[in-house]
Amino acid sequence: MIEITGLDKHFGALHVLRRLDLRIAPARVTAIVGPNGAGKTTLIKSLLGLVRSDAGSIRIKDTVVDGDVSYRAGIGYMPQIVRFPENLSGQELIALLTHLRGSTAPRDEELIEAFALGAHLRKPVRTLSGGTRQKLNAILTFLFQPELLVLDEPTAGLDPLSSSMLKDRILSVRGAGRTVVLTSHIMSELEELADDVAFLVDGRVAYVGTLFDLKHMTSQTNLERAVAAMMRRGMAA
Amino acid sequence: MTTTLKVTGYGVRNLVRSRWLLVYTLFFFAAAEGLLRFSADGTKALLSLTSVVLFVVPLVTIVFGTVYVYGAREFTELLLAQPVRRSQLFTGLYLGLAAPLAMALGAGMAIPFAMNGAAHAADAGTLAMLVFAGAALTAVFTALAFLIALRVEDRLRGVGVAIGVWLLFALFYDGLVLLLVALFADHPMEKPVLAMVLANPVDLARALLLLRFDLAALMGYTGAVFQRLLGGSTGSILAGTALGLWVAIPVAIGQRVFRRKDF
Repeated sequence: MIEITGLDKHFGALHVLRRLDLRIAPARVTAIVGPNGAGKTTLIKSLLGLVRSDAGSIRIKDTVVDGDVSYRAGIGYMPQIVRFPENLSGQELIALLTHLRGSTAPRDEELIEAFALGAHLRKPVRTLSGGTRQKLNAILTFLFQPELLVLDEPTAGLDPLSSSMLKDRILSVRGAGRTVVLTSHIMSELEELADDVAFLVDGRVAYVGTLFDLKHMTSQTNLERAVAAMMRRGMAA
Repeated sequence: MTTTLKVTGYGVRNLVRSRWLLVYTLFFFAAAEGLLRFSADGTKALLSLTSVVLFVVPLVTIVFGTVYVYGAREFTELLLAQPVRRSQLFTGLYLGLAAPLAMALGAGMAIPFAMNGAAHAADAGTLAMLVFAGAALTAVFTALAFLIALRVEDRLRGVGVAIGVWLLFALFYDGLVLLLVALFADHPMEKPVLAMVLANPVDLARALLLLRFDLAALMGYTGAVFQRLLGGSTGSILAGTALGLWVAIPVAIGQRVFRRKDF
């Protein structure tokens, strides 16, 4: 689904991505993990064209990411936090994104129902709680049935019930053959969701493989321990 | 094109409902209404209103604009992740901020004059020019606000830069010009001063307005020189064109910065 080759990026003196190579398989959930500052956010933003790399290439399905914007019609991006325009309602935001995406496909309104958000969508965003805004963020990501979902800390700020509904939704779109790339600091959550794990250290992929193999390789029983073991190993190297 | 208009439309809708914009509109309403009541005639009221506009519009536009662009940062990222071109998005965001500010200013000033009706019909042309100059200043300082918010990562520093830019153009500039004139008192200074007027959008707007009042000498040294050298329509056309460039160039630079930026 995604093929990243030799991706390199500097922010001033900071070398954030160092000739990173990564392949992400279709119809699977891939978790991107790694210590703070490993380049996770920069990698995700590169997929969306928010960050332009210095060298290397990204191919998503059959399109090379190089300035043409139409490939993004197939991507749903859920940023960690969004501050929506205060005086617009959820419905207006949905209408705006529908127009910008030129989307005519049937909408995925399952999350709106799951979150019972219908009535809140008519109110201005400024009156909504932080959790409700985050639900709106999730709804907008799934609404247009994108083939690729890019989720940055998707459950941050959600209560346990909403969080588990969102996780169910992630697994069900994966089941429907769509691809999910996500980051999270909550290892138990990744353990529940992820098929594959890409482990980033210092702007490189230190490990990529199935969750099962990672645990096996580090002889740990859960992901948190396995990742901690990888980080220790990374520091020793 | 429709993408630009859509983004503009949502920006306008968001701002028109904001309390800040209401306060801004009411401020100009109160200023125009008050000055009309307490001035002997409409022309004097407009003259005082000119000073208010030249002082307040650049300040509010650049500070509010900078804060607004910073606040919209995350939403802008979400919009950038949609299949839209950056250039269209930038134009939409820019117009979505500049247009409501200009509308607030225009409505706030025009309504009191309209309510006072025929008595001030003679001032309609001057009022229109004042609204136009205010809108032009809004366009200039909104563009500068975008430039600052896009280039300066730290928000607090960005607001500081915005206030600094305003202080320079609205307060210190005339003093600097006077200082230069005093220093080079032995030399003919009219052409350099004219050039300095062209380099400051606030002075340009002032020149444009004062050429209508025939009172240029009353308001600042630069205004007086401008009128002496370029009275009448030549001056108006030159000032208008220069003001147009003051909108076009920062917008073009902002567009370029926005297209190349890493978010």
